[in-house]
Amino acid sequence: MLGAADLQALGVSLLLAAVTVIGLLACGLPLAWWLARRDGTGKAWLEAVIALPLVLPPTVLGFYLLLLLGKTGPLAAVGLPPLAFSFGGLVVGSMIYSLPFVVQPLITGFENIDQRRLDAAATLGAGPRDRFFSVALPGARSAIITGAVLGFAHTLGEFGVVLMLGGSLPGETRVASIAIYQHVESMDLASAHALSAVLVVISLVLLVPTYILRRRSRS
Amino acid sequence: MRAPSLHFIALLAVAAIAGCAPNDAPAPPARIAVAANFAATASALRDAHESAGGGRIDVILGSTGSLHAQITAGAPFDAFLAADTARPDRLVAEHLATAESRFVYAIGRLVLWSPHIDLVDPAGDVLRGEGFTHLAIADPKTAPYGAAAHAYLEGAGLLGTVAARLVTGQSVAQAYQYTASGNADLGFVAVSQVAGRGSHFIIPDDSHAPLEQAAVLLTDHPDAQAFLHFIRHDPDARAIIAAHGYGLPNDETRPDARRR
Repeated sequence: MLGAADLQALGVSLLLAAVTVIGLLACGLPLAWWLARRDGTGKAWLEAVIALPLVLPPTVLGFYLLLLLGKTGPLAAVGLPPLAFSFGGLVVGSMIYSLPFVVQPLITGFENIDQRRLDAAATLGAGPRDRFFSVALPGARSAIITGAVLGFAHTLGEFGVVLMLGGSLPGETRVASIAIYQHVESMDLASAHALSAVLVVISLVLLVPTYILRRRSRS
Repeated sequence: MRAPSLHFIALLAVAAIAGCAPNDAPAPPARIAVAANFAATASALRDAHESAGGGRIDVILGSTGSLHAQITAGAPFDAFLAADTARPDRLVAEHLATAESRFVYAIGRLVLWSPHIDLVDPAGDVLRGEGFTHLAIADPKTAPYGAAAHAYLEGAGLLGTVAARLVTGQSVAQAYQYTASGNADLGFVAVSQVAGRGSHFIIPDDSHAPLEQAAVLLTDHPDAQAFLHFIRHDPDARAIIAAHGYGLPNDETRPDARRR
C-alpha cells in the first residue's frame, strides 16, 4: 500500500520521535526533579518558558529555529556547524517543540511523591542521588511513561517546525507529515490517505495502552 | 565431497563484498524547491524528464516565502521554481542565484470558479447579483492570486458589492479548499487547480498584473541545469505546463486565447 518513499518517511518520523524522547528524558528528568522541589517566582518563570512551545505557532517556532540554526545564524557565526536541513537539527527542533509534553507530566509526577517517603529514605542514610533513583524515579513511573508517550506521539505528528527547519530531504528530514503534505499538494490523495491512516493507527496503538495504564495506576 | 578450501571461501567473500559495495557513491539527485501551487505540474515534468533520460530529481514543496527563507539559511537545494518573480529576483540580488539562470517558466491564470455546474456564468455576472453567500479569495496582501483577484474586483467596480461576502484564505490553495469543500459558493482560484470541473469564468489577463512564476538555478548541479533547460525549451515540457492550466511566456497558443 505504501511506496518505498513513504516507508522511508515513516522510518525517519519514528526514528526522530524515538531520539527526541530519549533526549528529552535525559534533560527533562533532572530538570523536572529540580523544579518539583522548588517554589517561588523563579520556578513560575521557568515553567512558563517550558510551556512556550504550546503557545507559539509551530511555523513561527520553526522559522526562528531556522534563523538560529541556519548558516547565517548566530550559532554558525561562532563556528558551530549549521544544523538546519539535517536530522540533528530536527532533533533539536523537536526537543524544543515537545518539551512541555514531556516535562510537565514529569514535574507533576515528582510533585506527587510523598515527601515523607523521601525523608524516610534520607533517615535510612540514602544520599540525594540514591533518593532520586530508588524513590523518585519508581514513584513517578506512570508520569514518565505518560510523558514519553505524549512526547513520542507529538513528535510523530509534528509538521510546522519540520516544514520550516527540515527542507524535506528524502531519508534525512522528510518525515511522514511532510510526505502527506506533499501528496496533498500534488493531488495524490490516495497516497496521502494511506500514510495518514498508518499514522493514526500507530498513534492509537501508543496512546490507548498509556491511558489504560494511567487509569490502573490511579485506582 | 571435499570441503571447499579456505581460499575459495575467502575469494567468495571478497567477491560478495565487492559486489555489494557501490563502486562510487552515487551522485545525489538534484533537489528542486517548488512552489506548492506548481506541485502537480512539477511531478509531471519530473516524470517526463526522467523518462526522456534525465537524471533523478527530488521535488521539495513549500510556500514561496518559506522556501526563500530556507535557501537564504543555506538549504541544499539546486534550483527554485517560485510562484512569483520577486523571490527569485531577491535571490539574484543576494548572489544566491545567477541572473542568467532566471527565467519565467509559467504564467498563472486566475479563474472565478464554483464546483456547482450552473453558478458561474461565462461573463462572471454572478458577482453582481445576490446568488451567493461567500466568495473565497486568497489574501491580497501576501498571495499573488489574491492580489490579482483584488485588482480585478477593483477594476470592475465590484469591490463594494462583494466586500461583506469575501472569505480570505491564507493562500490560493486555501481559497480553493474553501470553495471545493462547499463552504464558499465560489472563489478566485488558479486555473491549474480546477481542471474543467464545475462552472467558471476565466479572468481576463489584462485586468491584473501578470502572475509570472520565475525559476532560478542555485548550484551548478548538472541534473538541475538539465531539468531547467528541459522546462524552458522542450516542447513536451511546455505542453505539460500549458495542459496544467498555465500560460507560457512569449506564446501565442495559450488554450484560452485559442478558445476566444
